[in-house]
Amino acid sequence: MSHVVSDWRAAALSGAAVLVLALAAPAALAQDADPNAVIRIGSLYEPQNLDNTAGAGQGVTEAFNGNVYEGLFRLTDEGGVEEVLVEDYQISEDGLTYTFTLRDGVTFHSGDPLTAGDVKYSIERVTAPESQSSRRNSLATIESIEAPDDRTVIITLSERSISLPYNLSYVWIVNDAATELTSSADGTGPYQLEDWRRGTSLSLTPYAGYWGEAPSNGGVVFTYFTEATAQNNALLTGAIDIIPSVQSPDSLALFDGNPDFTVTEGASTTKELLAYNDRVAPFDNVQVRKALARAIDKERLLASIWGDYGTLIGSFVPPTDPWYVDLTDVDPYDPDSARQLLEEAGYGDGFSFTLDTPNYDPHPLVAQFIQNALAEIGVTVDINIITANEWYTKIYQAQDFEATLQEHVNHRDIVFYGNPNFYWGYDNPEVTELIASAEASETVDEQVERLTEANRIIAEDAASNWLYLYPQIVVSSADVSGYPVNGLNSQFFAYDIEKSQ
Amino acid sequence: MRRFLILLASLVIAAAVLFVLLRLLPGDPASALISVGADPEQIAAARRQVGSDLPLFEQFVHFVSSLARFDLGTSFISRTPVADEIVARLAVTVPLTLMAFALAVVIAVPLGIVAAVRADKWYGAAISVVSQLGIAIPVFWVGILLVAVFAVNFRIFPSGGFPSTRWSDPAATLRALTLPTVTIAIVMSASLLRYVRSATQDVLDSDYLRTARALGSGFAEALMRHGLCNGAVPVVSILGIELATTFLGAVVVERVFTLPGLGSMLLLGIEQRDYPTVQGVLLISTLIVLLVGFVADIAQRLIDPRLRRSKKGAG
Repeated sequence: MSHVVSDWRAAALSGAAVLVLALAAPAALAQDADPNAVIRIGSLYEPQNLDNTAGAGQGVTEAFNGNVYEGLFRLTDEGGVEEVLVEDYQISEDGLTYTFTLRDGVTFHSGDPLTAGDVKYSIERVTAPESQSSRRNSLATIESIEAPDDRTVIITLSERSISLPYNLSYVWIVNDAATELTSSADGTGPYQLEDWRRGTSLSLTPYAGYWGEAPSNGGVVFTYFTEATAQNNALLTGAIDIIPSVQSPDSLALFDGNPDFTVTEGASTTKELLAYNDRVAPFDNVQVRKALARAIDKERLLASIWGDYGTLIGSFVPPTDPWYVDLTDVDPYDPDSARQLLEEAGYGDGFSFTLDTPNYDPHPLVAQFIQNALAEIGVTVDINIITANEWYTKIYQAQDFEATLQEHVNHRDIVFYGNPNFYWGYDNPEVTELIASAEASETVDEQVERLTEANRIIAEDAASNWLYLYPQIVVSSADVSGYPVNGLNSQFFAYDIEKSQ
Repeated sequence: MRRFLILLASLVIAAAVLFVLLRLLPGDPASALISVGADPEQIAAARRQVGSDLPLFEQFVHFVSSLARFDLGTSFISRTPVADEIVARLAVTVPLTLMAFALAVVIAVPLGIVAAVRADKWYGAAISVVSQLGIAIPVFWVGILLVAVFAVNFRIFPSGGFPSTRWSDPAATLRALTLPTVTIAIVMSASLLRYVRSATQDVLDSDYLRTARALGSGFAEALMRHGLCNGAVPVVSILGIELATTFLGAVVVERVFTLPGLGSMLLLGIEQRDYPTVQGVLLISTLIVLLVGFVADIAQRLIDPRLRRSKKGAG
C-alpha cells in the first residue's frame, strides 16, 4: 500500500515537474524579457567630458561606443572588425585608396541625415593637431579625405595601412553641425543621450529613428561610483543591475556561488607590467631584465591578488590579439638561474632601484610582492608611491624613472614596442622595423606573421616584465542577460541586454 | 563694515595661498587629458589648453583677473563653467549639512542639559560616556557601519548615491540623504553635547541661579527663565564653528555614500589637478565658512544684551 502511494506521488511529482519545465523554460528564456526595462549599470569610470577627442577618458568609451556613437566599423566583443555605417568598400590595387559607400537611411539623433561630409569631419576631428584621441597616431597615414557625393567617402593614404578599418572603429561619426560635444552628443547609435548628471549618472534612451534593430531594453543608466565597495553594495541591494568590469578581487566572494547573481569571466586586454626604463643601467642589459623576469613567481602573484581568475601570457600580447602566442616558458620562474644571469651580467652582488608605484590597486600590493621576490636574488627595491597624475608627468612625459608599475588596457598595443621614444625606451631596430612593416603589409596573414615575430622577440629580450593579464569579470543580477562579456577596450554594448519581468 | 572688510581680506589671502599650494603639488593638469599612446605633440596641445605651459606669474594674473570679474573659470577637464557645477553640487551639500546640523542640535541640546542636570544619576553619566565614545569614532567608520546594517542587511535605505531626479522627487532624495545625515549627526552631536553639558554646568554653578532659587523659584523654572539665555551664549558661538566643520566634514561622508556634492567635486579636482575646479570649490567653501562665522556672531549679539549694549555705547 505504501508502495502505491509513493509511486503515485512520484508520478505526480514528475508530471508536475515536466509541466513546470514546459511552461517555465521558454518563458524564462525569451518571452519573459521586459522590453521597457531600464538597465542600470554601475561603473567606476565617469566620463571626464563627453568628447573622445578631448581627453574624456575610458568612461566615455564605455558609455558611448556603439551605444550613442557608431563608427564606419565596429570592434566586436569577440575582437573582430565589422562594417557598421559602411555598406561596402573597395581598396585600390596599391592599397592606398579606400572608397567607402555609406549605409543609406541613417540619421543622427537630431534628425539630420548622415552624409559623407559628416564622416570627413569626424575623421578630421581625430587627426587634428589638438586632438587627444589615442588613435590619432595610427591614422597619421591618411593624406586626404574626399566626399564626392553624400554617400561616398574616399580616403587616400601616404602608405599602406592594413589596420585602417580597425583604426576607423575608434572614430565616432558625429554630426558636423553639432556643437558642444564635450557636454552633449549627436550620434547615429541605437541610444540617444537623455541626461548627464555629473558625479551621479548618465542616462540613455532608445532612439526611435535608429536605422538598425531597436534595443532589447527600454534604456540604460550608468551610475558612477568612486569606490568599489559602494559599487558592490549597490549591486547587492538591487540599486544597479550589472557591473561591467569588477576591479576589486575581494568583492567576488560576495557574488561567487550566490544564486541571485551571475559572475562571468571574459577575455581581457589589461596587462599588469613592471616596466623598466630600458635606456638606463642596469635595465639596458638584457640579462638583467631576464634575471628579474625569472625571479618573480607570477603564478603565485596572480593567485594572491585574483585567486583563480586571470591569466599568465609571458608577453604584452593578450589572446584576443591575432598575434598572440603563449610565451610563458621564455623566462619561467627560476630564482637559481636568475642569480646566475645576474652574476654573468656583472651584478653578482645585486643592485638597487626605485620602483615608482601608482597609489591605486593593485599596484602597491604588486610592488610589495616584487620587493620580496627580488630580495631573494639580492636586488633591493625602493617603493616610491605616486599618483596617477604624477605617473603621466614623471614617467610618461619626462621619462624620469628606473622602473614603474602600470596597467595597460588597450587592445593591439604591441605597437608601443616599435616606438623607441615611448616611455619605457625599448629600442630594438628589428622590432621597430617589423612593427612598421606589419602595418604596411598587403595581407592580414603577412601582418599577423610579422607581429607574431615581434611578439617573440620582445619576449626573448624581456623588454618589460609582464606580470599577468587581468581577468575581465562581469557581475550581474541573475535576471539580467545578453551583455558583452569581454568589453574589449572598455566598450560595453548595451543594446542586447535583457531584464526579465 | 569693518567685519566685511576682514571677510574680504580673508578671501583674498585664501585665494593666493590656494593658488600657490596647488601648484606645489607634483603633477600637471594636462595629464588628466592625455592617455597612454599620446605623442609629444598631443601632450603639448594639452598643456596649451590648460595653460600649464605659461609662466606661473602669468597664470596668477589670469586667475586674479577672472576672480575680480566674479568668474571662477572653466574646468580643464569637463570644459564646463566651474560656477555652474558648484551650484549643482551645493544642492546636495547644503541640505545635507543643514539637516545633519539640525538633527545634531535636536539630539545634543536636550541630552547635554540632562547630562549636566542629572550628572549624579546613572543615565546622566551614561550620556557623558557615550558622547566621549562618539568623539573618538571616525566619521567614515560610522558611515560604513550604518550602510552595512541599514542598507545591505535590512534594505531600509539605499547604500549610497543620489537620485538622478535630484530634488524633483523629494521623498527619494530624502531617503538617499538619510544615512549620510545620520552619520554626520551622530559624530557631530557627540562633540556638541559636551559643549552644551559644560555650558549648563556653568549655569548650574552660577550665583544668579542660586539667588533665583533662594527667592522661591522652582528648579525647572529658574533654569528656564535665567539659565537658558546665559547658557546659550557660548553654545551659539560653538554652533557656528560646528556648522562650518560639518560642511567641511561632508567631504568624507560624500565619498562613503557616493554623493555628488562639493566634497566629491573637490577630491576629483585634486586628483586631476583641475586647478579651476579646486580653486573654485575652496574659495566658495571659505566664503561659506566665513559667512557662517559672521552670522553666528550676529546671533550671539541678539541673544546677549551685554554685547548689544556695548555696541550701542561705542556707536
